[in-house]
Amino acid sequence: MTTRTLLATSALALGLASGTAAQEITVLGWGGAYTNSQVKAFHEPFTAATGIRVISVDADNPATPIKAMVEANNVTVDVASIEYADAVRMCDEGLLEPIDPASLPPAPDGTPAVDDFLPGTLTECMAGTDVFATIYAYDTTKFAGDPPATIADFFDLQRFPGKRGVRRGAKATLEMALMGDGVPADQVYAVLGTPEGVDRAFAKLDTIKSEIVWWQAGSQPPQLLADGEVVMTIAWNGRIFNAAVGEGKPFAIVWDGQVYEPEGYAMPRGTPNKDAAMQFIAFATSTEPLARAAEWISYGPTRRSSAPLVGVFQIDGKTPMPPNLPTSPENLTNALFSSYEFWVDYDAELNERFNAWLLAN
Amino acid sequence: MAEPGAAALTTADGMPLRAALARASRRARLRAALLVAPLLLFVLVSFVWPIGQMLLRSVNNVQFAANMPELTAWFAANPRGTPVDEAAFAALAADLRLAAASRTVGTVGTRINYELPGSRSLFTATGRAAGGLEPPYREALLALNPDWGREELWTVMRGASARYTANFYLAALDLRRDAGGGIVRVAPEQRVYVSLFLRTFALSAVITVVCLALGFPVAHLLATLPVRRANMLMILVLLPFWTSLLVRTSSWIVLLQGQGVVNNVLVALGIVDEGGRLSMMYNQTGTIVAMTHILLPFMILPLYSVMKTIPPAYARAARSLGATSWTTFRRIYLPLTVPGIGAGAMLVFILAVGYYITPALVGGASGQLISNQIAFHMQNTLNWSLAAALAALLLAAVLLLYWLYDRLVGIDNMKLG
Amino acid sequence: MAPDDIDRTFVAFERVQKSYDGVTLVVKDLNLAIARGEFLTMLGPSGSGKTTCLMMLAGFETATHGEIRLGGRPITTVPPHRRGIGMVFQNYALFPHLTVGENLAFPLEVRGIGRAEREAKIARALDMVQMKGFAGRRPGQLSGGQQQRIALARALVFDPALVLMDEPLGALDKQLREHMQFEIKHLHERLGITVVYVTHDQGEALTMSDRIAVFNDGVIQQLAAPEVLYEQPMNSFVASFIGENNTLDGTVETIAGERCTVRLDGGTVIDARPVNVSRQGVRTRVSIRPERVEVRPERLPRGVHLVEAEVLEFIYMGDIFRVRLNVAGNDDFVMKYRNAPDAVRLVPGARIQIGWRPEDCRALDAA
Repeated sequence: MTTRTLLATSALALGLASGTAAQEITVLGWGGAYTNSQVKAFHEPFTAATGIRVISVDADNPATPIKAMVEANNVTVDVASIEYADAVRMCDEGLLEPIDPASLPPAPDGTPAVDDFLPGTLTECMAGTDVFATIYAYDTTKFAGDPPATIADFFDLQRFPGKRGVRRGAKATLEMALMGDGVPADQVYAVLGTPEGVDRAFAKLDTIKSEIVWWQAGSQPPQLLADGEVVMTIAWNGRIFNAAVGEGKPFAIVWDGQVYEPEGYAMPRGTPNKDAAMQFIAFATSTEPLARAAEWISYGPTRRSSAPLVGVFQIDGKTPMPPNLPTSPENLTNALFSSYEFWVDYDAELNERFNAWLLAN
Repeated sequence: MAEPGAAALTTADGMPLRAALARASRRARLRAALLVAPLLLFVLVSFVWPIGQMLLRSVNNVQFAANMPELTAWFAANPRGTPVDEAAFAALAADLRLAAASRTVGTVGTRINYELPGSRSLFTATGRAAGGLEPPYREALLALNPDWGREELWTVMRGASARYTANFYLAALDLRRDAGGGIVRVAPEQRVYVSLFLRTFALSAVITVVCLALGFPVAHLLATLPVRRANMLMILVLLPFWTSLLVRTSSWIVLLQGQGVVNNVLVALGIVDEGGRLSMMYNQTGTIVAMTHILLPFMILPLYSVMKTIPPAYARAARSLGATSWTTFRRIYLPLTVPGIGAGAMLVFILAVGYYITPALVGGASGQLISNQIAFHMQNTLNWSLAAALAALLLAAVLLLYWLYDRLVGIDNMKLG
Repeated sequence: MAPDDIDRTFVAFERVQKSYDGVTLVVKDLNLAIARGEFLTMLGPSGSGKTTCLMMLAGFETATHGEIRLGGRPITTVPPHRRGIGMVFQNYALFPHLTVGENLAFPLEVRGIGRAEREAKIARALDMVQMKGFAGRRPGQLSGGQQQRIALARALVFDPALVLMDEPLGALDKQLREHMQFEIKHLHERLGITVVYVTHDQGEALTMSDRIAVFNDGVIQQLAAPEVLYEQPMNSFVASFIGENNTLDGTVETIAGERCTVRLDGGTVIDARPVNVSRQGVRTRVSIRPERVEVRPERLPRGVHLVEAEVLEFIYMGDIFRVRLNVAGNDDFVMKYRNAPDAVRLVPGARIQIGWRPEDCRALDAA
């Protein structure tokens, strides 16, 4: 309930309130393997280089406590890792400090930061750290001879019978439904912006509704695949990569129709150590650390100059990372950049519609 | 003693007796107050204050008025029905310019977007161009985006300019204001919350009944077994409390899913065939089973504490008076356990109504509860006002239930332990 | 009243044994016949088996061995609700959620008795215990004594021939308890019902009973009328359990018919009546009631042995004096005598001579 979240938030705020000495900053992350990649690639080298200690704190979604902190005028976090859409929305609401692109270091070849960052990964208040994708993955043992290859195959129960895992939420689900219905990636939002387009997306989902197993937590889809509960599932690429490479599960990712979205670092308005925080963000989003982070988790680096530097998966020491990143050119042939403008306008409306559609079983 | 009764009594050293008594009892009261002060403070800070904040947030409506002062003033000066004139557009342009400069145009847009989807980008885009606006402002703004002329937008802005609003409650009940300010239901494909509330209460009621049916015999056994075996059983009852909620929920997934243990056994035994595997997970069944398991101790413990105090002599007395064991149960034992049933049912129902993690994990689409929507608005849309309104409605429903219980059974007739 | 009078026997325990754990017997080979209309008390310390016997009779416990008959029929397989026995429980067990009237109606309703008859019976039962006008109250609104009366009325309202009472007065204060003893006694006499009464209070047992069965260690130690039990205890357990009692240990020196002499462990020789000693030389414990000790030996028959005693304590109790003495090494020897105008008042430290009639001093088993 709301109370619980508020309580958790204020507890977090209280916990963080104690002591922020000059030479340390607090970074709020998402926890798990994702934070681990940032600790290895950003926090540790930063401390080694500058002597500034980095305290890592986790939240379910760092945007939620940031909103509470800024509104309560009690900001105890210096840097937060947040999603692109949240970064833009919170920036517009004055909850974040602007980031001057000029203060970010250029690429090793001298390209200025603004040109080195992939389009859309550097916004007014956020410096992108990585790109993750919503993809669909399948169990290779179920489709040995004729594996699914396109987003349309996900919606084809005739050729590929079996249960589908889908995230219980409108975002990315509706886009993939339209792409599965043949809408080219660059027209998805134009179509989805019209009532007919929304009807079309739901109609496409209707065709597989009876076979859908809904999931909500990111850890669920690989589990559903592993348990044989579904034969293919929409998922976040990092989770599938970890299960396939880390645990040797027979999973394969279909990149066709992927919806990708950057995440990055932002500073809450009123951060107590703004200079050190900015120093940290500039360091973390420079070419070399971004490439290192992509060796710890299969999220693509946001700088063009980082791509050639990405090597092998640090955990097994052998799997080459580039083919497993959403930003690799071969994975971007039919890919959709998630539109924040669209979702900040229609998030509530489409989710209500989505939930009403779910209820009408 | 001159006039007994009329003259004030005094203590031995001449102080009025009444004052002496007041002083003595004040000291005792102060000491008592100091003892409970830490708890009182804790309850205030951790319970009353957040709930008060939540309730306030559900009606609080400053986002618009605080950032759009001139337009708010125009709305205040011109009653509903006044045509939107050039002065209004001038006020809008001035406010947008101001909001864009102070980086609050997003806040304003977000607020309007709650009620009129799609208008957030209207505000942010216009805000970026607001510096170059020239009179006449009506033409300038309409040229920038014709949506500024929409009657609906002005209705929403007028509603948003009030200091307090009931609109979040309307939204939480699938209602909205139409262009004329009247209250109407939202389009059928947007109606979510009322049916979710109903489903939440229905599912919670089912869970409560199942908990009672399962918990009653166990509690009775606990209350009547010899101490050593009762302790053993009590450990089994409490075991779920010692296990993480996620672990417990996940084990139900392992057991009940399509390829799960139960289905595998049924298929192996030939009771169902491969294609006829039962769907017991990611639907209402899954939610009911997992939540019943998790909430069962909350039913058993109050029942047990009541049953423990029912002397076995009552049942013996009834038997000796000629009642069969069934009559004894129905007329003597069951009525005596009503305080425990009431407490257990209230606890389970109220907890079930607010449950969040379990339905999120095992509920699939049909096993979703209202709390999942509250969490969605807390974490995803960041529309905390709507989340607060939904939570406040839930709170009101629970209080209503509490009041009903008090009327029907009597609240003092409830024993929690 | 002769226990072997078969025609009048209403309740019979025949070779009844009871064990809860299969190792020890709580009730050992019990034989007991209770006559119709009798008031029989089972008296004994806790754990002596008396309550178990009552519960077996009520049907809440089953006998491990043996048979219990009620009106000649074996009832071992009859469930409690079909035995038709009224029962009053230690804490009354009035149903707290029902009014007094509903409590009384309960046994009548389950018997399918019609409304009019029910109300007549309830009114009569309430009248009987002087609780008219209380039918609408809840048990929680009544005092202990009132609850006790209602419990009694409820056990009697369906006209059972046998009523069991399990320490029914245990929770009352002394004055109320004594008052209720007489009321129960009078009800018993008036209604002619058979009562089996369990208590550990010997005063209660002596006041109310036709006969008392003294229980210890799962065995009836003595079954007799109150005065017999008090005057003529058959063994040292009964002697010490019933009433106040002085005991002295020694060895039988001579024995002849109704007389014997006992040499106490201190060397003093006394006179006694042999009860369960049979020959010279056996160890014995003699028992003398405090009120039978004579402070003025000149009143005793000639020729009885007198005993040296030292006064340790002299307590004035109004109607009597109570004196604690040291007799033959026993510091707790108590003597009571009436506060008569010519009674002597003793001072601690005084050495006196005391004695008793030989028939008042019973030579029992050496416990």
